[in-house]
This record gives sequence, C-alpha cells and structure tokens, in this order.
Amino acid sequence: MAAVQDIEIPDSAARNALAVDELQDMQGEKMVLNMGPSHPATHGVLRIVLELDGELITKAEPDVGYLHRGDEKIAESMTYTQFIPYTDRLDYLAPLANNVAYTLAVEKLLGIHDKLPPRCQYIRVMCAELARISAHLLGLGAFAMDMGAVTVFLLIFTEREKVYNLAESLTGARFTTSYTRIGGVMRDLPPGWADQCRKFLEEVVITINEVETLLTRNRIWVDRIRDLAVISKADAISYGLSGPNLRGSGIEYDLRRNQPYLCYKDLDFDIPTGSTGDCYDRYLVRMEEMRQSVRIIHQCLEKIPGGADNLSNEPVNVDDGKIILPPKEKVMTRMEELIHQFMLVTEGVNCPPGEIYFGHENPKGELGFYINSKGGGTPYRMKIRAPSFVNLSIIPKIFPGCMLSDTVAILGSLDFVMGECDR
Amino acid sequence: MFTLDSAHQLKAKFGDLISEPAEFRGEITVKLADAEQIAEVCGFAKMKLGFEYLVDISSVDNYGEDPRWTVVYDLRNLTNNAELRIKTDVSEEKSELPSVLGVWATSNWHEREIYDMMGIRFRGHPDLRRILMWEGYPYFPLRKDFPLAGKPTNVPEVAFTEISPMEGGPFVTLPSSGDAVSREPRVRNPE
Repeated sequence: MAAVQDIEIPDSAARNALAVDELQDMQGEKMVLNMGPSHPATHGVLRIVLELDGELITKAEPDVGYLHRGDEKIAESMTYTQFIPYTDRLDYLAPLANNVAYTLAVEKLLGIHDKLPPRCQYIRVMCAELARISAHLLGLGAFAMDMGAVTVFLLIFTEREKVYNLAESLTGARFTTSYTRIGGVMRDLPPGWADQCRKFLEEVVITINEVETLLTRNRIWVDRIRDLAVISKADAISYGLSGPNLRGSGIEYDLRRNQPYLCYKDLDFDIPTGSTGDCYDRYLVRMEEMRQSVRIIHQCLEKIPGGADNLSNEPVNVDDGKIILPPKEKVMTRMEELIHQFMLVTEGVNCPPGEIYFGHENPKGELGFYINSKGGGTPYRMKIRAPSFVNLSIIPKIFPGCMLSDTVAILGSLDFVMGECDR
Repeated sequence: MFTLDSAHQLKAKFGDLISEPAEFRGEITVKLADAEQIAEVCGFAKMKLGFEYLVDISSVDNYGEDPRWTVVYDLRNLTNNAELRIKTDVSEEKSELPSVLGVWATSNWHEREIYDMMGIRFRGHPDLRRILMWEGYPYFPLRKDFPLAGKPTNVPEVAFTEISPMEGGPFVTLPSSGDAVSREPRVRNPE
C-alpha cells in the first residue's frame, strides 16, 4: 500500500523563486571527470582532471609525470656520448631530430658547432627534416583518427614505414637511431640512400595531397576544429609555446630561420604561419611544414658536398682526435690514436667548464638543452627544455569554455608526446 | 650585440645588483646578486628591454658550496633575437625566491618542476605542487645528495625501491640480490 504523501502547493511567487533556486543549483553542480592517464586521445599517459558543467568544461587541470624516467639525473652520471641513446627516447616520434639537437648542444659547449664539416651539416639537416615529416605525419594521423577519420591514420602509416626504412639503412636501427656523434655522425650515407630518399619524397607528397583532399576542405573536419581553442599571439608568447603551435598563432618565429644553425642559411624554405590561432590553423601549419621539409631535403640532396655517394671523400666528422673516435685500424697500429680511443671511451669527450643553452627546432617545438659543465666528460647538470611540456601548460587556459568532445581535437592539435614531456 | 646592449641597460637600471655581463660561446650571462629582486629584474627585462619570451628556467645544485642553489632564467627577445641569461643564487637555509609568474605565464610549470626536483620554493606561486613526481613523494631527486638508484623510504606504497625484475638480464652488470644501490654500477654515492 502506497504511503500517503502531503502535497504542498506554494503560491506562484514562491514557485518562481523555487524554480530560480533550483536553476542556480543546477548551474552550480559541477561534475569532475577524470580523463586519462590511459585514454586513446592523450597519446600516451596524460591525465586531465576536467570540471564539467553539463558538457561545458569549466576547469581543466593536466597531470603529467606518468612517464618520468629521470633523464636529467641519468645524464649527470654518464659521459656526453653515452647519453645519445637516451635522446632517442625523448620525442620518440622523431629520434633523429633529438640526436641532432643534443649533439649540437654539446658541440656548442665544445665551441665546434659552427665548424662542422659541410657534409655532416647537410646529412644532419636531412635527418632533422625526415624526422619532422615523420612526426608531423603521425601527429596528423592521430589527430584525424581521434576525430573519426581513420583513413588518414592508415594512409600516413604507409609513409612513416618508408621513413623507418630510410632510417634503418642510414643508421642500422628503425626506431632508436642514435645516429649522431659529438663532432659528426655515426657513418656516411649508404650507397643508394639518396635515390631511396628521392623516391620517398615523391611518394610522400602524393600522400600529403591525398590527406589534404580528405581533410582541408572537408565540411565535418573544418566545422569541428575551426575557431576552436583560439590561442592569441600574446598568450602564445606568454605561455612560451614553440614550434607549429607558436606559428599557428601567427608569430613567424622559427629557430631555423631566426637563429640559423647547421646549413639552414644556405637553404630556401618558407615558414608557414596561421592567422587566427585556432586548431585549424595549427593543422594547416603542420601540413605546410611537411611540404617545406620535402623541399629542404630535395635541396640537400642536390647540394650535399661530395654528392650522394661522396666520390670526393668529403669528411663527415670533425678532424679532431680528442672528439671523434679514430679509425679502428689506426688504433691497433699507432700510439696517439690508441690513447685517444682509450681516453674517449673511458673519460668521454673533454668539455670545458661553462654553461650553454642550445635550442633546436624540433617537430614539436623548441627542444633545448641547458648544459652546465664543470669540465670533463660528464655534465654537471643538464636541463632538457621539452617543447611538449611547455606546450601542455597552456591547457588550463584554453580548455575552459570548450565542450567535452572538443578535448580530443584540442589535444590532437597541440601535438605533444609524453616521452618528451615527462623526460 | 643587442644582447650586450640589453645587459648593459639592465646593469644601468639595477646598478651593483647586476654583475658585469659574461660571455661564453656567444651567450651573455648576468648574475643577480639578490634573488629577492628577480621578479623586478625580469619584469623590467620584459617590459623595457623586450624579453617577452621566457625560454626556460633551470636550477643547479652546487652541492657542498654556499649558496647551494643557482636558478637560471633564459630570456629571449623575439624581435631582435637577443638571448639573455640571468642567474641568481639562493642559499640552502632559505631555499626560496619570488615567483616570476606575474611576468611570464609559462613559468608556472617550470617553477613547479624546480620545486619538485630540487625543493626550491617560489614565493607567490599559487599552486606549488609536485609535477613530475607523485604527490606525497618525500625526496627531491635532482639534488646531488640523492643517489641515482633512488632511496627506500618507510612511507608505504608511496616511495619504494624494490629489486628490479630485470636482475640478471642484459642491462644489469652486477647480478646479485643486493639492493639497487649496490647493484647499479653507475651509481656514485655522494660522500
């Protein structure tokens, strides 16, 4: 038997007041949603604590550090050369670019970064640009897949496979390349590599065009990401954004152009910038950067001293036995080379005391190394300025006001990688 | 060129607080004598000298020396590409300096990271929590007196050092059932 219930009928004024109260109460009721750490759209292990008002985000608090391995601590206990493999694991979508960035930083400490043999510079530029194509392809593919366009992801993986093949024939490893050495590179271009690379460049342009046809004027794609998460110029600078995220906000700043290193001065390329700073602009900037990278590698293959097969025997390493390991046959027969080999392997490259910062234009932004040396073969302190770490710090600023379903789009457009963010 | 001008202007404004600009590998470094003034100096550098971009904040543990901490600010002027480094020392007893969050928003996470790794506090930071290590972790791992292999603690389930499951594998050169400190060959325990 149902219980008898008293029903109170308030007058209309009281009813209105009650309704308003109720409404305010509803607005005040926030829901906290935990996104990640293992969420497919966080591309790794990023956790974001979202505060929601209905579907609207009112507050976002990113939580990083799930992939912290203590790379900076590890660096203090090994020689400069021994740390090169660890740089592969920073931005693991572009290990070649990390290798180049790190060795350039150590060479700056040694004072030889602008005295590298030209051939070495060209090879390193090609490495960095191949890594950029590879990283942007994946960033784009994952971005599109999170938005439901899985075809793009499959298309770009075909091309990335070719970059891995190129890396394999160049370095011997597909993923953890560890290709550069302090004062040079591990080895010269293998025979036939240039042709393989040219073939890839032709094919990747076809894929980029195809992706462009699928996305750039796609109504669903444009509607979802245009005018979303707009980052103003002032915010982009204040939050220290770098790379495509900075340029997407309309700031024409690229370390390759503004602080030229390696042989970028001799190469012709454009720096794409966005106009509004929304997710669509960041997408367009990355698209164009890939085309520019293709252009740069074409020029490198044309201009590289000694030609692709190095017929004139151009050196790829600096001519200094105190920096680069001597050839093996000399180690076995000559005293001086034997001493150099022994000292380099046991003590490491002897760096002067001092401190330097070197920033490299990596696919994700400015990868910087601050090295504080007290002399000797080991850094006293090495700080890694990880672009993804800095780029993610803008999340609490741009998330509020967006819809919950926009989070995956914004994260995709920021294009971060947690291995580098957490170090 | 521009950087040296900026460094001299900074010195003209703050006088003896700012050291003579030192140059190494084309980079200009100035040292600020009083860490308490860091927010004013950075604000001046941003507003008047155009250093609108904070590249990075690093910290150095000068273990065994006094003052123990050095905090390093890398500034950049996006218009003329000048880069200036401002360093300041903080003593171990104090371990605190003002936050520059009011100058650059990006310093938020950099300062949290330095607090997390070195244990230097930033006064005026609204949310000075650990960022890379987990909440409740008792140590500051980038200090020089913290061993590479980690430390065991008596805080259960919060900080732990257990025998690695890779023991005897290809990456462990000293197979034994000892703890990580004695097993790890690269560990250098500070005196």
